[in-house]
Amino acid sequence: MTTPRPNRNVHRFAVFTAACTFLLLVAGALVTSNDAGLSVPDWPLSYGSLTPPMVGGIFYEHGHRMIASFVGLLSIVLAVWLWRVESRRPPTKRWLRWLGVAALGAIIAQGLLGGLTVLFFLRPSVSSAHAILAQLFFATVASIALFTSAWWEQKTGLWLRDFRSPSIHTLVLITVAAVFVQLILGAALRHKAFGIIPHLAGAVVVTGLIFLVAGALRRRFPGVPELRLAARGLHSLIGLQLLLGAAAWWSRSYASSFPQPIAVMVALTVAHVVMGALVLVSSVLVALVCYRLVRPAGALLGSVEPRPSAAD
Amino acid sequence: MNKSLWYFAAAVTLAAAMMSCGGKGSQPSETAAPAANTAGKPVDSATAGTVTGSIKLDGTPPKPRNINMAAEPNCAKAHTTPVQTEDVVPGDGGTLQNVIVYLKGDFSQYSFPPATSPVTIDQKGCQYHPHVLALETGEPLSVVNSDQTTHNIHPVPKDNREWNESQPPGAQPIMQTFARPEVAIPVKCNVHPWMKAYIGVFNNPYFEVTGKDGSFTIKNVPPGTYTVTAWHEAYGTSDQMVTIGPSESKSVTITFKATSAASD
Repeated sequence: MTTPRPNRNVHRFAVFTAACTFLLLVAGALVTSNDAGLSVPDWPLSYGSLTPPMVGGIFYEHGHRMIASFVGLLSIVLAVWLWRVESRRPPTKRWLRWLGVAALGAIIAQGLLGGLTVLFFLRPSVSSAHAILAQLFFATVASIALFTSAWWEQKTGLWLRDFRSPSIHTLVLITVAAVFVQLILGAALRHKAFGIIPHLAGAVVVTGLIFLVAGALRRRFPGVPELRLAARGLHSLIGLQLLLGAAAWWSRSYASSFPQPIAVMVALTVAHVVMGALVLVSSVLVALVCYRLVRPAGALLGSVEPRPSAAD
Repeated sequence: MNKSLWYFAAAVTLAAAMMSCGGKGSQPSETAAPAANTAGKPVDSATAGTVTGSIKLDGTPPKPRNINMAAEPNCAKAHTTPVQTEDVVPGDGGTLQNVIVYLKGDFSQYSFPPATSPVTIDQKGCQYHPHVLALETGEPLSVVNSDQTTHNIHPVPKDNREWNESQPPGAQPIMQTFARPEVAIPVKCNVHPWMKAYIGVFNNPYFEVTGKDGSFTIKNVPPGTYTVTAWHEAYGTSDQMVTIGPSESKSVTITFKATSAASD
């Protein structure tokens, strides 16, 4: 029995969904930065209709809802498509179907949380949960895009070895967890649940871990283009994110004496939020790539060995 | 279609149905507290006194900032000159406007007739008029939209029920009440983030908001010792004690320092 080739169109569609999700994150961040979260008092309709007057804060809030609805539709298509395509694969590959369902469940829960933010007048816990789930959904869709890629299918022949301790697997998992916690702290700060100190402490930890991972990738796997690129990408993103974080904080202080949100504050805080999402997604993708390419030392007999099967 | 796909389709349908179950933008209305003490005796107007005075501002007030209404043409075209912030508005002769002045004391033995005439706040030129107002618990608040644009009215109280209602151009006034005393409730329009107002809520009639001359007059005060409290959105609160004898009138001057940005 031959394994069907990966469906390129599913992959392209997953990439498109991830790109739209990024746009959705930008739109959501714009709502918060423009203090427009409650400019539409009702939900799920906006001013009792689907086409409210797009003025002032309504433009941001209803625009966010429209993009969210579109991403919701994309997620339905992606989940159904994955289910159909992956059902024809060997049983060991069928887990991807459920990842599509999980993404769909996440976007539905995210829509409900978005509604609750309106109905509960932006309660910090609800708004923070809405912000955090957005990041998880983005990471899930980006992972689906990776799992459906030709690269993922092709990298089935050889294992890289990693004899060092802690293993690269351990390092990337800790880093993903730390970045996620840092995003929770950031969301809580933005929605006034916590102060700045936990987020600053998180920034120190995450920066240290990312430098550790990037350094380990460069030293342990110097000849692997994917991992070299991953190291560079992580370095660049965390550097940019630190600069954006400092700039966003300055802009918030500067803007506090203005009667309304000012453009420089909106631009910098939105950039910091979405860059945080990119750091999370990048660290998740790097972790997945590491798991795809590298085998723990204890499982190896030689420097390279054939993979047991393509369908692991 | 296999069984798993059926389960999947059922889950999607259920989720979609859940998403379509919405709610309104305000909480369920709470049981209103008594508008005012109606069990006590009425204040004897023959012996009642008056507290008058003025609120002064010591120092140079901060320069107001221009509000940028360019993003909303309906707001911008309502003004021919730049609109400025109203967080510190000096009055005539070194006084301060928009200060809520009220008496704190034991009024439990008195009853006050319920205030029934609505207090109006108008949205005009994408600003609130007045910027600061005060009313009694249970007294109707009438929110009017005189603009050619949609507003949402969103008080953010600590002790009262929070609500958020939209009001398109030409809509009927929104009528609301506040059940508990609170100084002061910020009001905002999230459509136009520069729009801010404050509402003071009291369970007695002893309050006033200073106008252009920074003065206040609180009448029909039963004899006794009270704290005169002045609240300002930028400078916080300042107190002064006053004792009113039968039919006596006392004058009180409270001064805020322009440099101290208290946040009470």
